[in-house]
Amino acid sequence: MTRGATRVAYALIIGIAVLIAGLNLALPETSALHPSTFVMSLTGKYLSYAILALSVDLVWGFAGILSLGHAAFFALGGYAMGMYLMRQIGGRGVYGNAVLPDFMVFLNYKSLPWYWHGFDMGGFAILMAILVPGLIALIFGWLTFRSRVSGVYLSIITQALTYALLLAFFRNDMGFGGNNGLTDFKDMFGLKLQSDAVRAGLLVATAIILCLQLALAQFVVRSRFGKVLIAVRDTESRTRFLGYRPESYKLVVWVLSAMMAGIGGALYVPQVGIINPGEFAPGNSIEAVIWVAVGGRGTLIGPIIGAVIVNLGKTWFTAILPEYWLYALGALFVLVTIFLPNGILGLLRARRSGKAEARAVAP
Amino acid sequence: MLRAALLLLLVLFGPLAARAEDAPANPGWSLLSGSYDDLRHGVEELATSGAPNVATALDALMAGQLVVDGDSHLFIQADDGSLVDAITGAPVGGDAVDADTLRPIRVNNAVRRAIEAALGNLRLFSTDPAIRRAAADAVFKARDAAALPALDRAIAQEKDSSIRTALQQARAAAILAGNAPEADRLAAVATIAARGDIDARSVLASLGDQPATVATAAATALTSLDRIAQLWGVLQSVYYGVSLGSVLLLAAAGLAITFGVMGVINMAHGEMVMLGAYTTYVVQQFFRDHAPALFGLSLPIAVPLAFIVAGAVGIAIERGLIRFLYGRPLETLLATWGLSLILQQFVRTIFGPSNREVGTPDWMSGAFQLGGLTITWNRLIIILFAIVVLAALMAVLRFTALGLQMRAVTQNRRMAASMGIRTPWIDALTFGLGSGVAGIAGVALSQIDNVSPNLGQGYIIDSFMVVVFGGVGNLWGTVLGALTLGVVNKFLEPIAGAVLGKIAVLVLLILFIQRRPRGMFPLRGRAVES
Amino acid sequence: MTEDTASLLYLDGICVSFDGFKALNNLSLLLAPGEMRAVIGPNGAGKTTMMDVITGKTRPDEGRAIFGEATDLTKLDEPSIAALGIGRKFQKPTVFEPHTVRDNLLLALASDRRARFTMFARETSEEADRIAEILTTIRLVEQSARRAGDLSHGQKQWLEIGMLIAQDPALLLVDEPVAGMTDAETEQTAELLREINRTRAVVVVEHDMDFVRALGVKVTVLHEGSVLSEGSLDHVSNDPRVIEVYLGR
Repeated sequence: MTRGATRVAYALIIGIAVLIAGLNLALPETSALHPSTFVMSLTGKYLSYAILALSVDLVWGFAGILSLGHAAFFALGGYAMGMYLMRQIGGRGVYGNAVLPDFMVFLNYKSLPWYWHGFDMGGFAILMAILVPGLIALIFGWLTFRSRVSGVYLSIITQALTYALLLAFFRNDMGFGGNNGLTDFKDMFGLKLQSDAVRAGLLVATAIILCLQLALAQFVVRSRFGKVLIAVRDTESRTRFLGYRPESYKLVVWVLSAMMAGIGGALYVPQVGIINPGEFAPGNSIEAVIWVAVGGRGTLIGPIIGAVIVNLGKTWFTAILPEYWLYALGALFVLVTIFLPNGILGLLRARRSGKAEARAVAP
Repeated sequence: MLRAALLLLLVLFGPLAARAEDAPANPGWSLLSGSYDDLRHGVEELATSGAPNVATALDALMAGQLVVDGDSHLFIQADDGSLVDAITGAPVGGDAVDADTLRPIRVNNAVRRAIEAALGNLRLFSTDPAIRRAAADAVFKARDAAALPALDRAIAQEKDSSIRTALQQARAAAILAGNAPEADRLAAVATIAARGDIDARSVLASLGDQPATVATAAATALTSLDRIAQLWGVLQSVYYGVSLGSVLLLAAAGLAITFGVMGVINMAHGEMVMLGAYTTYVVQQFFRDHAPALFGLSLPIAVPLAFIVAGAVGIAIERGLIRFLYGRPLETLLATWGLSLILQQFVRTIFGPSNREVGTPDWMSGAFQLGGLTITWNRLIIILFAIVVLAALMAVLRFTALGLQMRAVTQNRRMAASMGIRTPWIDALTFGLGSGVAGIAGVALSQIDNVSPNLGQGYIIDSFMVVVFGGVGNLWGTVLGALTLGVVNKFLEPIAGAVLGKIAVLVLLILFIQRRPRGMFPLRGRAVES
Repeated sequence: MTEDTASLLYLDGICVSFDGFKALNNLSLLLAPGEMRAVIGPNGAGKTTMMDVITGKTRPDEGRAIFGEATDLTKLDEPSIAALGIGRKFQKPTVFEPHTVRDNLLLALASDRRARFTMFARETSEEADRIAEILTTIRLVEQSARRAGDLSHGQKQWLEIGMLIAQDPALLLVDEPVAGMTDAETEQTAELLREINRTRAVVVVEHDMDFVRALGVKVTVLHEGSVLSEGSLDHVSNDPRVIEVYLGR
């Protein structure tokens, strides 16, 4: 990817976010150009998904780890933020308990479980949104990469990981709201979550964080570390005979990617207003993989484009032809893997290099 | 509402009315007295009266079917409302009785116990051995010292030794309920301990207020009974585990072919299972509509059809999709996942999103006792079915030309091709075989799980775990993997609960794969590396 | 044993079996520092498995592989063995195809292999000099910015040898370096290996007898997992047992 293209990407992501947020705040609701709060939150949601896609691409595109459980890290980050937002409700819940969230009162909790402490502080919650996914990824990755589990085996056990978490979070006595998850949020950092200003702020923040993560990912893949990582992806055994330890390279990028996904989840939850165990469903993780495949695996910008396009499609289909969305998504999986192995960006690139070659051949 | 009010009236004033007229019409049948206490004595008297039809009438009383009219005549009212004279046993026309005055005779628990004991005593002398045996058990449970004389008489004239044993156990229970000397009681405890079932256990557990020696003996007997019960409990868990294992095995057997032998990751495997279950549904619908009498045959017919349907879809998938993706396992995984979404939605479009009713034929319903084990027929048949399917699969792989060519192709594709084996054709057939077996699994799963478009989703992760755990490319490994997972799951369940147990199994599996990345029975050698 | 101190590599009674098949059967071999050795043998003689054992890819059932003073290679994994200074070239050229020729060499250069270093590493001028030097040795100066995947087969072989040089090993294991090369390339490769041998020990596995002759070094003949004969090429090719199993067909 050229640096010019990256700059265009930064400008577009932040530009669109600022434009939508600015128009929403500046124009009256009667104006034809006024983007609704719904559109604003939807854009923020897409950009959060783009963060997830970016993190999936970092491990799949550059380290060859096809994670079928990345949505788990996204959801863990989301739960950390959700816990903070629950604590922010304070005494305004249905039961009016200043400390315990409604579902705990309902389930006869006498006091706050230990792991809920500290989540009344936003900074702590954000830290946890990064550290918890990172820690789980560290444990999982340390065990897995060390014993050289790779390829489809790895994919299947990442799926088992998210499936286990799905089952766990469905349980009421886990203390995360069980089936219903966490919702009915009111405030964020002391500001009304439903207000347009906060929504606009969240959208712009998501855009900026996405760009920062893109920059970080680019730094990583362009470094010597990234070059080793690509070498590991293609010829793992060769790197071993050169004296590299592929397992530690994979572990570093795996944990980094999980943390990035966690941040995405933390940005996602306040904008959609709910987090529940459904986010751990294996299908979600695989959907994130198809965003990457559509945009172009191993390109960093591709996954962002893929996440936005596929989710636009999903929004459109579920509004107009809800029956057919799964057909469309299923067909997308099949068609992209067979006809578009390098995604949209790969197609563009091939066409451009084709043109360049043609120009070179022409007298 | 009206009925409830009437009943209330009857309850309030009925006994008074009955007492006023007493029972000249029903000599000896003093079942109309006012209090439950009197009613109980009435039952006891009646039982020893030797009058005919007493047993039937007491049965009816127990079931709340004994009714009395305004003239204090007793009738037995069947479920359809028809009446029978309780004393003579003669049918009574609807016109002969004023239906509005009929009221049931109500009983409480004390009366119920008295009826049980009375019925027990009556039946101890029945000519039918089965009834005598049941009566002995009823008396045993009743623990009534008053039954002793009847028991002694019954024991004296009983010819059947097993019934005599039952009678003696009943007698022991009766002795413990009365005020027999200590030695007799100790002997009784031993007799009851020898019986050893759950009823014996509850008798023994109630002996805390007996003299110290008896109580100690009972406690000792109880401990040893508990130990035996525990053993049966473990066996029961093993059985449940084997049962779950057989389900997992069925679901995973097809995958052991497509993933284990061919190395194709088919995420739509669960949907092949689902198609098999829906085939069963369609077959059953056909039988319901056209030949309800032959409903029992629906499953045997569904098995080959499910194999054909799922197998054909499998071959279509291999020819239309997977063959373009050989050597790209991760892409295969994604494409087949997409396919699974399409198949699910397709079934949802045709059959609707809700669960479909798949019936269990009579020959698969019910349960029986085997020692301390409760074994349900459907589970047992599924276990046997899994064994048959597995044996058939192994036979196909080992003894048929197709199996030989399959093994040749998986071991050395180029060599097989150069020897004239049409490898693409073999690929398609192998994949079809694996899918067909999944379809067969669907027939079995339709008996124990909800038949919905999501049916397959619930099994895909488990199936992969079984195959990976057992070791890829080894059917015996799959068997052992399925059984191990099933049994471990069922043993964890009582300790950790169903959900946590499942999570624990997943975590254990993840840990296991770290230690043995190639499963329990890995293939070794250089061929594996490439 | 006095030989121990004088040897660079000492394989002592190595046995490896795969499902009952004995790939290596009590194999013993001694390599002096700075020596170049050719290993030949029919298919299935255990040549590649021997390489696998030395580089830590396969763990033997029995035996030791002593490197240098007293390091037992059978206890170590691949990266540790590579770090000790044993480089390996595969039969099929394996280079990092998406990377440029230059980056391939950069990754092979001896330096800190840990992630925390490579994440922030910048190329030093020493590294640049060393890469330029190796590019000249392997005759790929012109190709330095090309994708390794776009190189010809022979060029990939050289790049891989160049990566081995960059690794700066004490011992080089080279598996069939001239398979599929033109005569001219074969000759150049022999020259290249001799040049490398000036500063380090080399073990070459090869089928091509002309190439082995061109190397002009001591030859070890493997058969069914153990050493059948050892000595100069003339000596082994006159050994009746060797003629029977290998050359006399």
